[in-house]
Amino acid sequence: MSAATAWTIAGVRAALQAKQISARELAADFYGRIDKRNAELNAYLTLSPERAYAQADRVDAAVARGETLPPLAGVPMAIKDVISTRGVRTTCASKMLENYIPPYDATAVDRLDRAGAVFLGKTNCDEFAMGGSNENSAYGPVRNPVALDRVPGGSSGGSAAAVAAGLAVAALGTDTGGSIRQPGSFCGIPGLMPTYGRVSRYGLVAFASSLDKIGPFATNVVDAAVVLSVIAGHDANDSTSAAVPVPDYIGETEKPVQGLRIGVPEDYFGAGLDPEVREKVQDGIALLEKLGCRRVPLQMPHTDYAIAAYYIIATAEASSNLARYDGVRYGLRVPGGTLTEMYRHTRERGFGPEVKRRIMLGTYALSAGYYDAYYLRAQSVRALIARDFADAFQKVDAIVTPTSPIPAFQLGEKALDPLQMYLADIYTVTGSLAGVPGISAPCGKTKDGLPVGLQIFAPHFKEGCVLQIARALEKAGGSTI
Amino acid sequence: MKISREDVVRVAELAHLGLTPDEIETYRAQLDGILTYIDKLNELDLTNVEPMAQVLYTPATASARESHPELRDDTLRPCDVAGSVLERAPDAVKPFFRVPRVIDR
Repeated sequence: MSAATAWTIAGVRAALQAKQISARELAADFYGRIDKRNAELNAYLTLSPERAYAQADRVDAAVARGETLPPLAGVPMAIKDVISTRGVRTTCASKMLENYIPPYDATAVDRLDRAGAVFLGKTNCDEFAMGGSNENSAYGPVRNPVALDRVPGGSSGGSAAAVAAGLAVAALGTDTGGSIRQPGSFCGIPGLMPTYGRVSRYGLVAFASSLDKIGPFATNVVDAAVVLSVIAGHDANDSTSAAVPVPDYIGETEKPVQGLRIGVPEDYFGAGLDPEVREKVQDGIALLEKLGCRRVPLQMPHTDYAIAAYYIIATAEASSNLARYDGVRYGLRVPGGTLTEMYRHTRERGFGPEVKRRIMLGTYALSAGYYDAYYLRAQSVRALIARDFADAFQKVDAIVTPTSPIPAFQLGEKALDPLQMYLADIYTVTGSLAGVPGISAPCGKTKDGLPVGLQIFAPHFKEGCVLQIARALEKAGGSTI
Repeated sequence: MKISREDVVRVAELAHLGLTPDEIETYRAQLDGILTYIDKLNELDLTNVEPMAQVLYTPATASARESHPELRDDTLRPCDVAGSVLERAPDAVKPFFRVPRVIDR
């Protein structure tokens, strides 16, 4: 990363306090960078300078008054375009919501706003967060800033690319089956999926409600911890958000990892794992051992069933959630002679191929005669996968695995075969189904210079442990292993 | 073959999705491949395994306040977005959304 892109949250704070730069100047600097790079990367779908400069001016006024600055004062951030932003277009990378302007902020966005963040704009993603390459966006794919002929991962590809390219200091993404961790891994930055219920989903446009989570991308683990501590916590507007106290995540990142037991499940190192990824992840684990972690071999016998269970549950929930796009209340309407025709024309025109495929699969799995064979069965398998995690956490403090079996692939390489694309989610969907927190931490690069991610899982609400291990790896030089 | 053209047409109808004949065949082949893969789930013995709909679900006890601290009191709160929602609707005549005629009289 060049010096020009090396802003951290602490760096922004220090520069503002020392009056080396104003929040407005910093925002303008980032818009300058976006101007130069976004045509190529396609990371941002919408810029929100009006809101950003208003936020920056508030911070500058607080600096002028000598006030104590809130934790994200002046920090230029990007928000994935499936998260509602008041007054700023939120498309979900879909034609269905091309002109949709939410009348309210998501709770996570509102908390960032109150913490002084500056919203540069909304980032590209797979349509309705469905995909693992960002190629399912109705507004074109994002390019990986590390290797422009490759995908940034998905679905939060725009958020990952923006942070990795220095077009935002941090970003919000969402993770349903790996959509924060996998792009984090492909772009070489930390990406954190919190525990289900840790961060309010209020204002997050629903894909699969029992799996969706909002979480941060940052250039370093401490910054991810800062953003998490701002957005985490109970919200009366989301009955699935947990009334569990929020610990001091920043403090947790500084704790030594000496004596922690890290489980290494052999089921995550089998056929299909790229040899270079395997080697780097093993090196990462060896480095953690050198720092005093104790390696514990594990078995998680239901890992191999996770994709099948995930793609039934996620699509079933999606088919139900996306029923709301019918042309009546918001978004696209394509006229029809009857109400049913209007629904059908609107959905035919508004949804892209992957979204239609998932709605079809989910509708099939929930339809009469198939519900028990697919949906109920998948939910039972989900229980077994959750049990694998619970059993493992009797023996270990955390589980470490590769984030993705392969590094970033070429644009178009997998676009024609949906099943092959789904199978690449093998290491991330397990934790999604169990609802545990997970991070992808940078763990070296392949010979071609493509980043590798090491995934760390911990028990429910132990984000602190995940961050602690990721930070130890980072400090020990994990990204250049 | 797990899924026929007729199945695809029926599912598309349930989901209110209009599909062209080409799309029907493409989705049939793709869904067939995906569902064949998903048959893996039949390898497992799931007797006595309770289906899991939600992680971290706490069954309610006599005192909902204690078992479910995440739930708020059931009281009315002001909600003032109706105006801005209707303003941006595809076709609205306050206070209604307008759609094609459903009932002929």
